Amino acid sequence: MATSNSRTLARLMLFPSVVLLLAWMLVPLCMTLYFSFLDYNLLTPGNNAFIGFLNYEFFLTDPAFFASFFNTILLVGGVLLITLGGGIGLAILLDQAIWGRNYVRIMVLAPFFVMPTVSALVWKNMLMNPVNGLFAHFATWLGMSPIDFFAQIPLLSIIIIVSWQWLPFAALILLTSIQSLDREQLDAADLDGAGPFSKFYYIVLPHLSRAITAVILIETIFLLSIFAEILVTTSGGPGYESTNITYLIYTQSLLQFDVGGGSAGGIVAVIIANIVAIFLMRLIGKNLED
Amino acid sequence: MGSINLKQVTKDFGDVSVIKPIDLAIKDGEFIVFVGPSGCGKSTLLRMIAGLEDTTSGNIEIDGQDATDTPPAKRGLAMVFQSYALYPHMSVRNNIAFPLKRAKVSKAEIEKKIASVTKTLNLSDYLDRKPGQLSGGQRQRVAIGRAIVRQPSAFLFDEPLSNLDASLRVNMRLEISELHKTLATTMIYVTHDQVEAMTMADRIAVFNAGIIEQVGSPLELYNTPVNKFVAGFIGSPKMNFIAVEPTATDATCCLGIRPEHITISTTSGTWPGKVGVIEHLGSETFLHVHVEGKATFTVKAGGDCPYVYGDNIYLSAVENKMLHFDAAGITLPQQHASLVAI
Repeated sequence: MATSNSRTLARLMLFPSVVLLLAWMLVPLCMTLYFSFLDYNLLTPGNNAFIGFLNYEFFLTDPAFFASFFNTILLVGGVLLITLGGGIGLAILLDQAIWGRNYVRIMVLAPFFVMPTVSALVWKNMLMNPVNGLFAHFATWLGMSPIDFFAQIPLLSIIIIVSWQWLPFAALILLTSIQSLDREQLDAADLDGAGPFSKFYYIVLPHLSRAITAVILIETIFLLSIFAEILVTTSGGPGYESTNITYLIYTQSLLQFDVGGGSAGGIVAVIIANIVAIFLMRLIGKNLED
Repeated sequence: MGSINLKQVTKDFGDVSVIKPIDLAIKDGEFIVFVGPSGCGKSTLLRMIAGLEDTTSGNIEIDGQDATDTPPAKRGLAMVFQSYALYPHMSVRNNIAFPLKRAKVSKAEIEKKIASVTKTLNLSDYLDRKPGQLSGGQRQRVAIGRAIVRQPSAFLFDEPLSNLDASLRVNMRLEISELHKTLATTMIYVTHDQVEAMTMADRIAVFNAGIIEQVGSPLELYNTPVNKFVAGFIGSPKMNFIAVEPTATDATCCLGIRPEHITISTTSGTWPGKVGVIEHLGSETFLHVHVEGKATFTVKAGGDCPYVYGDNIYLSAVENKMLHFDAAGITLPQQHASLVAI
């Protein structure tokens, strides 16, 4: 790949796939951008007039927008908190030499392979159901009244379900990082008089910082667009209590047939995602360097 | 303060016995080197003294106190690891301060100690750097600094120089020896390099397969090894061994002769041979001489060695410098050279 000849050839051969990928990304984005400025409602076809920023005005001043915006933040933040905390704990446990460690590791990873709709349905019908769910049985066995998860604490329930799905991912990445820690450093800390807590705080945690950064960045990107779990459990309700931005855009464009409004919401979501990405990279991205 | 006594210490990993019962008394202020081939248990024993490995049976006494089950931090020992084991995300200052902070030493006191340690080790300019920004030798010094600053009763070194290049290794060897003279603290030094052992040690303990073959000063081990293993391990280039047939009056199975105790002649001698590879080191020359029916001999000659590849020469041993080993490899009492029939 050194001569100018081979480099030109390489560019030439890369060209079709680059163009295809670019088109794949740009065409929908441009169409969404275009639709977002139109009065485009499927219930009143034919009259797609240009209405400027009116769609954005409606979307951004809708009380549902603020509710879903904060729900999105709570959802992402809550899941990150649980998966990181639990992930570090699990990783430390899985790092211990126990009998059948390899099988335990595979079992722990299992939730990640279950597709989101299925795992949400399992949680909804088998665990969190107020009549037949395991949690309800357990509560009545203790003599308490069962919690109606999706009516009383809808957002928290979804946070729990999504955390269950993402915990193995975090645990696995953190486990590989823990395993790369130089054992002599822990020995040295032992001789230096560090207890288990000091060893964790001064040696293990700093060593994990890069893996934690990677987990936060990757999870945030995926958690911003949580949809299936909400659709099959609460459908965003009651009210807007468990609606996030992704789900709001879905209701706007597919339940209210307002393509223009939905497109405006989609562009807003893209902007929010980019703001979050920039913010995160500034805040913790430096961990990934050096 | 700083004497360490090992009494019938053993270590098993499952069914494998890594350390067979070992007795060793290390005196206060002594520089003792554990030397042996890899896998002989020397590092394991060092880690047991440090408290990083449990002792299967036997006792470890530090300063006359039984410390067999004392946690590592309470033993008053400091260790320098092969990989240096510096904390990568802490500056040099914080690395050195770490043991002091854990011991709840006051801030002013820490500053004072760091200043004095970094001055001794020439680290004052690097205090705010991270270990990743230092060279191998500097990292080594930080690791030593972290050990010194606690003022331990003994230092444990686990092959500290094996990651350094040859010239730096010679320098650090001198620095550590120098440090031992200034601090006069007990030092236990593990290495597989017999040159390090010979140059640094007050006493050397030669390990082999979980036991100590011999303990003694470098020259004792060199001149009067108790068996064939020690004779072959200590000294570079290695001692030459010649197999002989034992007779009714003489149990000698093997003769050992060091390269510098062989004389070369072009006319007559005990063993006729052909010169093989010649290594010129300037001040001295090592010749590898193939002797018909025997092994290849390594012979040390002066720097102005006139022989070339393929020359026919005769070798003879310097009188009374030959060692005799019996069938089990144990050194036999010195015998007169004329009794030896070759």
